[in-house]
Amino acid sequence: MQIKNLDDLQKIKADSLKHTKAKRDSITQIIIGMGTCGIAAGARNVMNAAIAEIEKRNLSDIEVLQTGCNGMCQKEPLLDVARPGEDRVTYGPVMPTDVSRIITEHIVNGNIVEDLVIAKIPSKA
Amino acid sequence: MALNEPIKISEVPNYEEIPFYSKQKRLVLKNCGTIDPNSFEEYVGADGYEGLLKVLLTMTPEQVVEELKKTGLRGRGGGGFSTGLKWEFCQKAPGDKKYIICNADEGDPGAFMDRSLLEGDPHSLLEGMAIGAYAIGADEGYIYCRAEYPLAIARLNQAIEQAEKAGLLGDNILGTGFNFHLHIKEGAGAFVCGEETALMASIEGKRGMPRPRPPFPAERGLWGKPSNINNVETFANIPYIFRVGAEEYTKLGTEKSKGTKVFALTGKINNTGLAEVPMGISMREIIFDIGGGILDGKKFKAVQIGGPSGGCIPEHLLDTPVDYDSLIAAGAMMGSGGLVVMDEDTCMVDVAKFFLDFTQSESCGKCTPCREGTKRMLEMLIDITEGRGKEGDIEKLETLASSISAGSLCALGQTAPNPILSTLQYFRDEYEAHIKEKRCPAGVCKELIGYFITETCRGCGLCKKVCPTDAISGEIKGLHLIDQEKCIKCGACMEKCPFESIIRK
Repeated sequence: MQIKNLDDLQKIKADSLKHTKAKRDSITQIIIGMGTCGIAAGARNVMNAAIAEIEKRNLSDIEVLQTGCNGMCQKEPLLDVARPGEDRVTYGPVMPTDVSRIITEHIVNGNIVEDLVIAKIPSKA
Repeated sequence: MALNEPIKISEVPNYEEIPFYSKQKRLVLKNCGTIDPNSFEEYVGADGYEGLLKVLLTMTPEQVVEELKKTGLRGRGGGGFSTGLKWEFCQKAPGDKKYIICNADEGDPGAFMDRSLLEGDPHSLLEGMAIGAYAIGADEGYIYCRAEYPLAIARLNQAIEQAEKAGLLGDNILGTGFNFHLHIKEGAGAFVCGEETALMASIEGKRGMPRPRPPFPAERGLWGKPSNINNVETFANIPYIFRVGAEEYTKLGTEKSKGTKVFALTGKINNTGLAEVPMGISMREIIFDIGGGILDGKKFKAVQIGGPSGGCIPEHLLDTPVDYDSLIAAGAMMGSGGLVVMDEDTCMVDVAKFFLDFTQSESCGKCTPCREGTKRMLEMLIDITEGRGKEGDIEKLETLASSISAGSLCALGQTAPNPILSTLQYFRDEYEAHIKEKRCPAGVCKELIGYFITETCRGCGLCKKVCPTDAISGEIKGLHLIDQEKCIKCGACMEKCPFESIIRK
């Protein structure tokens, strides 16, 4: 859509926020830091492991997304989990072998994986 | 699995509560790591392009420059020149064809601020450049980015395509009659191409070499037309500034350095990473609070700031506020944001040698003081670190340094001696120990150190096994000996010895 005025932009913004919120309220998101720094630390393998684990367990209502570098190079690869309506929790450093444990514990059972957790972003500020 | 009760989500700290983030102020990096950089909608959802629309629909180019001057924003690429003035020069330069250029030729060793921004939030650069283009009257822009940042380039290309589709780049944007087309020029990664005149030569397809200024780019820039060059982080400040206004922006920072600065923390520090801090914070807070202090509990020695053009800040100046002028007064400079932290095991002469080796190989060779001078300074540093230093070398280095600073054509040469001058200023005794006593106090310079086995050796033989050059001899349970001729001083034996019987001197 071509933006012609402020209303057009505000509409895209409102739709975008609505879409984001609808997704946050209905499905689980796995978000992986995929800057060059994350990829160099192994984020791509972590993402593939997450996709494979979701397929293996036949989990539905879950999506794997990517984001840029949040600055915590020391803790790369970083993987965030956001269950519907819950705070977004960051884990790191996450190895492909940790992915299955995070999915079982956090996504399926709703427990925090204590030894890998770093911090959280509240679901609604 | 642990037998304890698992912790609850409410017990996990918020980002702002963990030390790495609690003292940060993320304006420029606010989207990095939170939005999907591939999504135009997510950028708009995070207030994206509001600044641009406000500018295009409600402000004249003159008002844009006035507003920017009120913020006191200074260039984040190194020198710290007023961005508002720079835009004003270009706006007032006569000519109907003008260019706006983004310098994304990030080349300082250990610096990755721009890359993270380009990869994590590409639209913020586009928005900043479009506002700049409108202000100076440019209809065409270039992002000069090194080819070794393929992901940044891919995301920028995608973002440009999205912005064109949305009608925020291209012809007659928002029906205002403002046209703006943006191109990416991939550079081959020569350090000198970060210098603005060399960068423009490179875009023109010529060899990347600087030319004398004046004329400055605002007058005669790319293809002889008035041009304005800013760094990635400078442009990334622009959307925020025009969304919230100068008054709000200037609440952060010090009197002469407003806003925030992004730093790449590297070296012997616990939390390596990217941190955005308000101007005026102390170096100590950055290194010890955000950075979590020195690795392995070692002692802090110095922090190198400003890359090959910058200098070192020693322990006693750690409380220096981080702003453009205080850093210059301390013999360093803001630079683009690389911070390399060094601990007690770092040899400062070796550090100076590392940076001179860098500038010497990156010197483009056009002017003699830089081409010859950096070579000679490097040779002297090599001699000093290999035990051939002579009485009077320090003075010679100082003389040479001031001639190179005074005589070089561009900033690469003018600032190349800074790492030497700054280490001499604070660590002259280390230079003297190398020259007079043929001793490296930090135990780094291999020609000046040796490994020896002491009487406490129990003859376990572990050192012998680990030695890569078979330099160690001795019978089991007998005192072992290192053949100094064969020893390559790798230190593997000392690390391996369980009885601390091997010493370095």
